[in-house]
Amino acid sequence: MLIKQVSVFVENTTGRLHKLTKILADANIDIIASTIAETTDFGILRCILPDPQAGADLLKSKGFNASLTDVIAVSIEDKVGGFDAVLAELADAQIGVKYIYSTVKNAGGNAVIVMKPEDPAKSVEVLAAKGIKLVSIEDFMA
Amino acid sequence: MIWNKEMECADRETMRALQLEKLQKTVKYEYENVAPYRKKMDDAGVKPEDIKTLEDIRKLPFTTKEDLAANYPKGLFAAKDEDIVRVHASSGTTGKPKIAGYTRGDLDIWGEVVARALTCAGQDKNSVVQVAYGYGLFTGGLGAHLGAETIGATTIPMSSGNTQKQIMFMKDMKSTAFCCTPSYALTVAEGVAKAGIDPSELSLQAGVFGAEPWTQGMKESIEKGLGIKAYDIYGLTEIIGPGVSISCDENNGMHIQEDYFYPEIIDPETLEPLPDGEIGELVFTTLGKEGFPMIRYRTRDLCYLMRDKCACGRTTVRMGKILGRTDDMLIIRGVNVFPSQIEEVISRFKELTINYMIYVGRENNKDTFDLEVELAPGLEIDDIGFVEDLRSRVDHALRDMLGIGCKIKFLNADTLPRSTGKAVRVKDTRELHDK
Repeated sequence: MLIKQVSVFVENTTGRLHKLTKILADANIDIIASTIAETTDFGILRCILPDPQAGADLLKSKGFNASLTDVIAVSIEDKVGGFDAVLAELADAQIGVKYIYSTVKNAGGNAVIVMKPEDPAKSVEVLAAKGIKLVSIEDFMA
Repeated sequence: MIWNKEMECADRETMRALQLEKLQKTVKYEYENVAPYRKKMDDAGVKPEDIKTLEDIRKLPFTTKEDLAANYPKGLFAAKDEDIVRVHASSGTTGKPKIAGYTRGDLDIWGEVVARALTCAGQDKNSVVQVAYGYGLFTGGLGAHLGAETIGATTIPMSSGNTQKQIMFMKDMKSTAFCCTPSYALTVAEGVAKAGIDPSELSLQAGVFGAEPWTQGMKESIEKGLGIKAYDIYGLTEIIGPGVSISCDENNGMHIQEDYFYPEIIDPETLEPLPDGEIGELVFTTLGKEGFPMIRYRTRDLCYLMRDKCACGRTTVRMGKILGRTDDMLIIRGVNVFPSQIEEVISRFKELTINYMIYVGRENNKDTFDLEVELAPGLEIDDIGFVEDLRSRVDHALRDMLGIGCKIKFLNADTLPRSTGKAVRVKDTRELHDK
């Protein structure tokens, strides 16, 4: 299944990221997973929130450029070659991956990795057909 | 609609004859009543009788900002104190303000020219004109007010600021025209959008905006955001205030009320007059003003004049958009840069708002040139490449326009301070003059 990730443009000024996390904290919103892609003068925070639409709307209303992006999250057995097996399936299907980040969540000894493939919908098909477990936001929160 | 057909649509000969008659009177009046200008004329060896044709105006000395400063506060007033009924002052960026005095007759002229402007913007006695220029020493508020009352419109003296209240009045009083600075108009348009109001719910038809330079892109944003047609009004305190000229429905330059304000364009270096169509410094001579008449006042505004026929029916000379001020011009790494050029470029990008800040500094004897600009609200960004691509496109467009590059920093929407009056867009921290 696809999940919605919230992507937020953050200027690289001291305290700007804190302003963002405070908005979420004040609204009692848990950040389930997050990563930041940075350059010298700005960054893009990518995060998984319990209610992506509500989270993005809140941040927009506070002047942030926030948007929703389709990503997938896969549950992988935490062992050598686990992640490779997933990437092999996507490579076989000629699907490139733009970025990935791993999360601190794990379910029953499995690692959860968030990925932005070039074609998220097709990736879901490919991976599901191979029996790879895809994680929903509800699974994350469980 | 045309407020004063006789003057605004006069044929060239009639206008020139009237201008010559008024010029001769003005020069004589100034010579007799303003000692510092009399001295200038004497030094130049020119007497009032020497003005026999309109072209003879070139024999007359210029009046400059420096002359105003040297004769602060009232040294260039021509009327007696008892005849002055009001003063205004311009927000001088350095030193003392420039003080302008008005007689009752001057206020009548002012009311007349602003009436022409508001009529040009489609307003009449049935209109509701909301004035959101600042009221006070600034000429914007009371000038627009005077014109609105002259046409008999219901005039709402809001003054600037308090955006929510502006929108409430706009809605509840069914304002048909809104007068303010373009940057404030944009703030109000943003406020309207934030309040979830569709511009079609408002009764607004026209906006009469002036007192600072603005771009076509900014004009379009305001027109769309408020659901209006925007008109460009030009003026300056030293000449009278807003109403010196106004754009018409053709949107091709601003008609100068030339029966009261005689324009010339000069080369700012050689001070020689330039032909129509050439860009240079705009110079005005007031025709008929009593309190604070000006002869060949150098405005420092750069533009050009057009005398070809305008489809709106008015025959008055038009001035092009102000392309910059000789004062605003920044010299960065030896290149002349006008903030208006940067604004023009930014306004072409729908990914950006037109709020920006220019920072000029100096490091290791080299000029630094940084630009901060806001990303449009709602712009969706998940990708560094997207931002870098945008940066490179903005950079290219700026280099094409300016001939030099700058460091571009993107900010979130709503980060830069919004303006309620004239926007401050430049911070130059170089110390270019010896102390």
